[in-house]
Amino acid sequence: MRFACILAAIGTVLLSGVSLAQGFEIEERVVYDATQGDAEIQVLSTADRAVFEPILLAFQAENPSITIDYTIASTREVMKAVEGGDAQFDLIISSAMDLQTKLANDGFAQTHRSDATLQMPDWARWRDQIFAFTQEPAVLIVSKSAFPNGNVPTSREALIALLRDEPERFLGRVGTYDVRTSGFGYLMATQDARMSESFWRLLEVMGRLEPRLYCCSGAMIQDIRSGKLALAYNVLGSYAAGELARTGGFEIVVMEDFANVMLRTALIASNAKNVDEAKIMIDFLVSLDSRPDLIEASGLPALDADQLAENAALRPIRLGPGLLVFLDRLKRQSFLRSWEASITQN
Amino acid sequence: MTVRSQQGSIRRRLFIQLAAIAALLSILLFLVVRGLAGSAAEATQDGILAASATSIADALRAEGGSVTLDLPYSALSMLGSVNQDRVFYSVVAEGETLTGYSDLPEPRPLPTLSSNTFQTFDYRGEEVRMVSVTRSVSTGVEPVNVLISVAQTREGLAAVTQRITTFATAAGVGFFLVATALSLWAAQTALAPVNAMASAVTRRGPADLRPLTTEAPTELQPVVEALNSFIARLRASLQRSEDLIVEAAHRVRTPLATVRAKAEVTHRKLQKPEHRQTMREMIRAIDESSRSAGQLLDHAMVTFRSDHLEPENLELSEILRETISRLEPTAELKDVGIECNYPAAPVPFRGDWLLLQSAMVNILDNAIKYSPEDSSVHVELTNGESIRISVTDQGRGFGETDLNSLKSRFTRGSNVSDIVGSGLGLTIADDVARAHGGYLEITSNQKGQGACVSLVFSPQ
Ligand SMILES: Nc1ncnc2c1ncn2[C@@H]1O[C@H](COP(=O)(O)OP(=O)(O)O)[C@@H](O)[C@H]1O
Ligand SMILES: [Mg+2]
Repeated sequence: MRFACILAAIGTVLLSGVSLAQGFEIEERVVYDATQGDAEIQVLSTADRAVFEPILLAFQAENPSITIDYTIASTREVMKAVEGGDAQFDLIISSAMDLQTKLANDGFAQTHRSDATLQMPDWARWRDQIFAFTQEPAVLIVSKSAFPNGNVPTSREALIALLRDEPERFLGRVGTYDVRTSGFGYLMATQDARMSESFWRLLEVMGRLEPRLYCCSGAMIQDIRSGKLALAYNVLGSYAAGELARTGGFEIVVMEDFANVMLRTALIASNAKNVDEAKIMIDFLVSLDSRPDLIEASGLPALDADQLAENAALRPIRLGPGLLVFLDRLKRQSFLRSWEASITQN
Repeated sequence: MTVRSQQGSIRRRLFIQLAAIAALLSILLFLVVRGLAGSAAEATQDGILAASATSIADALRAEGGSVTLDLPYSALSMLGSVNQDRVFYSVVAEGETLTGYSDLPEPRPLPTLSSNTFQTFDYRGEEVRMVSVTRSVSTGVEPVNVLISVAQTREGLAAVTQRITTFATAAGVGFFLVATALSLWAAQTALAPVNAMASAVTRRGPADLRPLTTEAPTELQPVVEALNSFIARLRASLQRSEDLIVEAAHRVRTPLATVRAKAEVTHRKLQKPEHRQTMREMIRAIDESSRSAGQLLDHAMVTFRSDHLEPENLELSEILRETISRLEPTAELKDVGIECNYPAAPVPFRGDWLLLQSAMVNILDNAIKYSPEDSSVHVELTNGESIRISVTDQGRGFGETDLNSLKSRFTRGSNVSDIVGSGLGLTIADDVARAHGGYLEITSNQKGQGACVSLVFSPQ
């Protein structure tokens, strides 16, 4: 019965891949009509509809009076939309922790304190304005066919040694993010660089192997499966896990020296109209760990302090002004210059 | 009588003054703690901001003839590790923003190479603290002046200040409460000798006029001395009037005895019955006067001995017996019979023989005096829940007289004007009873006409 109701509540996909007059580009917009009442919430998010729909429907099942207007855009467009100030959204959900931090720092977020948010670990929120609700590590994925005997490297040092020792085996078969176009790739690369000198050496070695550069995790996984790639570095772990469960054919390696963990975050826009609804949704999102069904359905791993305590190599990226550093214009320029110099050697 | 205190209580004044001082000190403590801790917190923020700006300045370098910067991660992350405040920065070379927030205002005054500028102002809707440092970077051609500013909102500082204020308030209030309690105690202790002295004086019996020997602090020494000298004067004056009474009684009694003896002789010589009658009345009046004088002496004696009671082990039946035998002649003159009832066992008692006898004499004397001729007086000593010596007669009783008033000096009943008396007998008996921890009970004869007067003591 209830399920039918929910299905009925899903509205039409209004727009797809269309540029709005507001000065930023959206990928998709879905409206989930409320079955009763006329409350509303406007969400701007970087999460794909397929990933987020189960969560939105569960939210609406709990709050049947709230119509959800869900707009999907890339991280850069989200930033543009909010900073430009001409777009009107209540809740901003993004995987770009650095950009979310900048929004809060520059005054585009509202403070929210509730029982649910106060129970969160300290590292999962900043200023009571940014709230993390998932923890997604960056992983190495390797094609099973390229490593028939196992012997998969589990640290950057081992990976460097492997790539250096057997260049002919990996020539043209190594993939990673093009950090010039991918926000997530840039975030992971800068965090890598911050954490360890080995990152630059790894880039050097990869650069000699004519690496393929990608915009997104999906394409990398695709090429791993097809055998085009032997390994791909810094793939979004949650996405990879989802694909692995569906199709198989590759292996996920969480690096043992350290693995950066990206936190997907939400914030309430300072110019939000439906602040109360936004707060309800924040509280819903940060309690994701109490809904294993949704974790399963969306493939988004909820915050799990125990898991972090067990595996010391998992390093959640720290929210806070440190993230502003790599958004600095000069810093970005010089980082990209170094990155390019290392990765494109031929 | 209570003394109205127009000057108020010293203790209260002392306490209020001490409490006021404590309050003042508490407020001072509060202000000092908050001031010091607050400025320490501010200095901490300034220090971190300066460290951040300096680390940015240190990362400046020249590249291809122009200034460039590799923003150190720690420059901003160190700010985030202390609190969750918003952070803004700008790097300006020769008036042009190299990187950072270009709308950060220019510092006033401009920092020099040797001194940084700290400023507080509103930026993007919030109060921020900004530090600015300057560096000159040589680019090969001409050194370029670079201005680095790092600003941070002050929510963390406000939270710290709030905590400090709470702490300072608690410290101030705590200090005040403790100090006030101590003031109360101090006022109490300071005045304890005064209270001790007062209660030493209050506890005294009405006739205790010994000098005060309580240990008194130096400040109270004059008071004690003044009090003692006053007591001495009072005692001297009381002694004088007591002496006067005793002396007067003596002086009256001796000539009275002479006059009585002469009247006795004259009475025997007289022949005419009416003359003899007149003379007899004269003798009776003389007797009464001398008895009154005796009672005055007794009263003085009782007062003195009650104040310095030196009790001995006595036996009450014995005293009673002796008293009765002393008064038997008087009773016989009036044909009044005295019936006695003693308990089988002796009645031991600690007290003063003379005083007890004087009390019994006065009570028994009244009974005989107010009895008609040819009647009987019933004396009974019982030793039960209390020791009781009661004397019951069949005389006129007390009539309408208020029984309690009879214990006062020189007070007589309203129905006895025809009989001479001094009004001291029951006073003496009452004084003696109270000196021995007992009381005098005055009632009417329960079994008919007459009075019943009893000495009642608690058993020992
Ligand atoms: N036994 C008694 N019968 C009647 N009245 C008495 C008796 N004893 C005492 N009183 C009353 O008490 C008064 C006080 O007695 P007391 O002090 O002995 O004085 P007084 O010298 O008059 O006897 C007497 O004047 C009398 O009125
Ligand atoms: Mg009498």
